[in-house]
Amino acid sequence: MGMTMSQKILAKHAGLDHVEAGQLIEADLDLVLGNDITSPVAIKEMDKFKHAGVFDKDKIALVPDHFVPNKDIKSAENCRCVREFARRNEITNYFEVGQMGIEHALLPEQGLTVAGDLIIGADSHTCTYGALGAFSTGVGSTDMAAGMATGKAWFKVPSAIRFNLVGKPSKWVSGKDVILHIIGMIGVDGALYQSMEFTGESVKNLSMDDRFTIANMAIEAGGKNGIFPVDELAVSYMKEHAPSRTWEVFEADADAEYEKEYTIDLSALGSTVAFPHLPENARTFDQMEKIQIDQVVIGSCTNGRISDLRTAAEILKGRHVAQGMRCIVIPATQKIYLQAMEEGLLKTFIEAGAVVSTPTCGPCLGGYMGILASGERCVSTTNRNFVGRMGAIDSEVYLASPAVAAASAVTGRISQPSEIGL
Amino acid sequence: MKSANGTVFKFGDNVDTDVIIPARYLNTTDPAELASHCMEDIDRNFIKNVKSGDIIVANKNFGCGSSREHAPIAIKAAGVSCVIAETFARIFYRNSINIGLPIVECPEAARQIGAGDQVSVNFDSGVITDETTGKTYQGQAFPPFMQKIIDCEGLINYINASH
Ligand code: SF4
Repeated sequence: MGMTMSQKILAKHAGLDHVEAGQLIEADLDLVLGNDITSPVAIKEMDKFKHAGVFDKDKIALVPDHFVPNKDIKSAENCRCVREFARRNEITNYFEVGQMGIEHALLPEQGLTVAGDLIIGADSHTCTYGALGAFSTGVGSTDMAAGMATGKAWFKVPSAIRFNLVGKPSKWVSGKDVILHIIGMIGVDGALYQSMEFTGESVKNLSMDDRFTIANMAIEAGGKNGIFPVDELAVSYMKEHAPSRTWEVFEADADAEYEKEYTIDLSALGSTVAFPHLPENARTFDQMEKIQIDQVVIGSCTNGRISDLRTAAEILKGRHVAQGMRCIVIPATQKIYLQAMEEGLLKTFIEAGAVVSTPTCGPCLGGYMGILASGERCVSTTNRNFVGRMGAIDSEVYLASPAVAAASAVTGRISQPSEIGL
Repeated sequence: MKSANGTVFKFGDNVDTDVIIPARYLNTTDPAELASHCMEDIDRNFIKNVKSGDIIVANKNFGCGSSREHAPIAIKAAGVSCVIAETFARIFYRNSINIGLPIVECPEAARQIGAGDQVSVNFDSGVITDETTGKTYQGQAFPPFMQKIIDCEGLINYINASH
């Protein structure tokens, strides 16, 4: 029986010729990631190891991004714990405020994730790097600690679901709409413990930013990882961002086994919104009423990349945020922030009456910088709309693409670009 | 811990880590403080009523969402001795094993056991007994590798013991 892309990467890192779904393996890691919430717990655990120190100071990435610049004293203490640990262990890839970004946008940009890598991160959206053909998956702080200490992690080899993408999406339909549609179709546990492998002729119609968005939300379907084949576009991305790294391309065998296969025609998809309180509550505009909103957030590890900001700016240019609405734009990394400034996007946002923030997770997880009051509704380009995710328990989060978020900011209700003549 | 015995708190599908421990409390790593907010956004009275040894029973995809280990830590520190569910989200499953919080997958038990029932779980055999109704269920036993981690009360002890 052949192997999937994910299984091949796991086999290689476990030093095995072949692995099968369900097999328990121990594998060597190329990168171990943590943030300002999960790392302090891992660092405490590190003290319990008999052998002190980290396995490789160049293969650990520490990114304070959730509550930074620090929102309160406790988060400042947590960040200090991470900073001091990084200093003590001479961690190369520690990213200080002012030189950082949201981890899953930052690491590929910094060339720290390439095709064929095996990556664990103490953050559930670590699955993002599958866009480049890496096997990456979220774990908890204890796994992170063990990974930092030993360079290894245990895995149960996943089975896989294949998504065959065909057709060209229309202008305002993005990677976000594709993944919300898929989660709506299979449910929030539709890919539990499994790999989501995205293939098909239409992969070429998706930008790298679209692919990052799709792989990022594999976890919202319960997936262990999401992964794309490595094509010319992915190679040119790696050449630009990781010129000093070598990468290895793994292709699924022709007889690889998939538990399920779906064909998705991207040309048939419309703008999609996930209603509260689960990402699987996906609806298109013909399935919803007019819904008034109070706030729009454009940012996060899902949709805070440059093409997301370009889309939002294209819609907000020469228009204004509706009266009584707050629109918060958060470029995902310093580099994107600078690029957005140079391209004039930030000016467009500010002129439209939006807030532009330094990179942070902030409101995405209800941390700070845009918390919702009781009963308020937000259209957000983030990835979770659980109860209380962005604030009060009875506030509501509607997940959408940057195009829908920007159009909604203009009208003050959930809207697609066609509603403002685009 | 080879067995658990306690009163059941019952939850539904897709109990996510944001309701198990809301992000507004993630600026601390202290287990006792985390426990004091455990389940706050889904059941305000949970922490007032839960006693040491009690058991959580839930339906499918328990622990979905973020990778925060603060979630199983909060549950464990609240005194919960075992979580039984139809299925668990995978990161939560890993984290629970890694920190030594016993969890058992058993769809039948998860559906049939009622809130307030007195339930005991034998971790060696995987047998779940609802003492209130007298029914028994066979939960999924752990593969030997995971059983070793649980026997060592967590991944770190296991690694220390085996290296
Ligand atoms: S942006 Fe949101 S989902 Fe992404 S890492 Fe930050 S908190 Fe998590």
